[in-house]
Amino acid sequence: MLPMVELVIFALGILLIDLLIPREWKWINALGAFVGVLFATACVSRIQFALPPRGLLGFNNSLLVDRFAIYFWYLFLAAAAVSILTSVQCLEMEDEHRGEYYALLLLSVVGMMCMAAGIDVVLMYVGLALTAVCNYLLVGFLRREQPSNEAALKYMLLGTFSYGALAYGLSLFYGLSGGTNLGTIARMVSGLNSQNPVPGLNPHNPAILIALFTTLTGLLFGISAVPLQRWTPAAFESAPTSASGFVSTGVMAAGWALLLRILLFGMWPLRSIYIPVIIFIAIATLTVGNVGALWQTNTKRLLAYSSMAHVGYMLLALVALGTSKIGSPEFLESFKGILIYLAVYALMNLGAFAVVTSLRQRDVIGDEIDDLAGLYKRAPVEAVLMLWFLISLAGIPPAAGFWGKYYVFLSLIESGHRVLAALGVIYSLIGLWCYFRIAKIMFTRTPMDVGRIRAGVALRCAIAITALATIVIGIYPQPLIRSVNWSLGIAPSKIAASPHAAVTK
Amino acid sequence: MDTMNDITTLHYLIVAATLFTLGVTGVLTRRDVIVRLMSLELILTAVSLNLVAFSHMWGNLYGQVFAIFVIIIAATQAVVGLAIAVAFRRNGEIEIPAAKASR
Repeated sequence: MLPMVELVIFALGILLIDLLIPREWKWINALGAFVGVLFATACVSRIQFALPPRGLLGFNNSLLVDRFAIYFWYLFLAAAAVSILTSVQCLEMEDEHRGEYYALLLLSVVGMMCMAAGIDVVLMYVGLALTAVCNYLLVGFLRREQPSNEAALKYMLLGTFSYGALAYGLSLFYGLSGGTNLGTIARMVSGLNSQNPVPGLNPHNPAILIALFTTLTGLLFGISAVPLQRWTPAAFESAPTSASGFVSTGVMAAGWALLLRILLFGMWPLRSIYIPVIIFIAIATLTVGNVGALWQTNTKRLLAYSSMAHVGYMLLALVALGTSKIGSPEFLESFKGILIYLAVYALMNLGAFAVVTSLRQRDVIGDEIDDLAGLYKRAPVEAVLMLWFLISLAGIPPAAGFWGKYYVFLSLIESGHRVLAALGVIYSLIGLWCYFRIAKIMFTRTPMDVGRIRAGVALRCAIAITALATIVIGIYPQPLIRSVNWSLGIAPSKIAASPHAAVTK
Repeated sequence: MDTMNDITTLHYLIVAATLFTLGVTGVLTRRDVIVRLMSLELILTAVSLNLVAFSHMWGNLYGQVFAIFVIIIAATQAVVGLAIAVAFRRNGEIEIPAAKASR
């Protein structure tokens, strides 16, 4: 059975069971959600082992379950699982431990899976809308807190606006090509450059440009790139911390999946138009992310700005991707770079947010960086783990974050963008400084509040899982790299056909 | 002046583009939340109009199917938007303050 169907059943089940559960036992919802995610993972692995090399088309050519999709499905499910583990304590502290949270989380994952595996614009848009709506509610889940409502409102307004623009762009693409399948659109777009183009249509036709830029607007919102990045700091700061973790990792990964599908599979020949724009956007995002993080006093906002910085690095890899030939080594390296970066970034961010969750006490909101002061004296294990996550975020070996940056810079240098690589390194140094500012506060200052930090079982599991994964991948990245190679269809010894070939049949 | 009597697809597209521009302007410039939600609905209406016009032009039903989904999604987002606005209202003002520390 499709994992999406299975997750929907679990989500609806949680909504029903939640009515029967008394207040102290609400963690059963979390358990149900976690079991649902495990079941979905089992479904995905069953599909993976039965998968033909080109992928499975389904539902009237609207769903393409290929290796790219399966990689992202695993990523989403992993992010969801860790988020569920962090949510238990987070919601109990906020006294908003309701089953709807887990149902929304699972439905959001369903939407994300549709985004990653859709090859028809309709399915992708429906998945996107599902994810978006669930995330607005997840961010605004603390109903009694004004900041949470406001953050959800900002997120919703900017999000609906961007996704409306995306729909407008997609409708224009439909109008130009006559079909909603990305393959049809891709064929139309490549027909613009060929020998017998459709009369009156050329790549600089205003309709194509409007379509491209409105689509790009929607896609950039999903990954929180400039100029649509305003929602991220507010949303991450005011949402329940576990929701911030989920949005920063799973939803951004889904946004990347959608971006890669549409820009690379659908609009590859237009890259001479949108790649220069993306260069500018990448640099702007890097600047806002790294420089903005320098004077934040709130840990969650700082993590939000650091997420933007990471998105900036991934956008640099996208630039490298767009300027290389299909199937060439640089193309695959940059593609690999983006996928690996997404995976390690998910782990690091979830870990960091999990540690921040554990700081939330009964009457102290542990969001500010000052609350981290002297963490080493209060909870040494957590301080060391947070230090490890910060090292990983800064991209220092042997932490997992290093591999993400390594592949991004490798792809930049191999495709000849040495200036961009140098810029990336400079921005990394700025980021390094702001991460170590936190580390210095954790280890050297005296603690302001000497309350004991207790982390429940689930939260400790979450921190342990992410820390362990970061350590293991940092030291021994081969399994992750092998799985990324598999998802791109790269044979171990030679470069095989790229996933682009799967669509243009 | 026969051509003035023919309503082509382009007319529909221009109307849709106008609605889209009005919606975008509304979201970006107005401060009241309800007006912004209405502008978002304008954007999605423009999308639906676009899709139906193109569907007629191409003679297939893909656009109309997409338009039905867009209308459903617009309704969902309106519901969620209003729910969040109601929660926001219960806790404070209905307007998004211009200068807040959370910028």
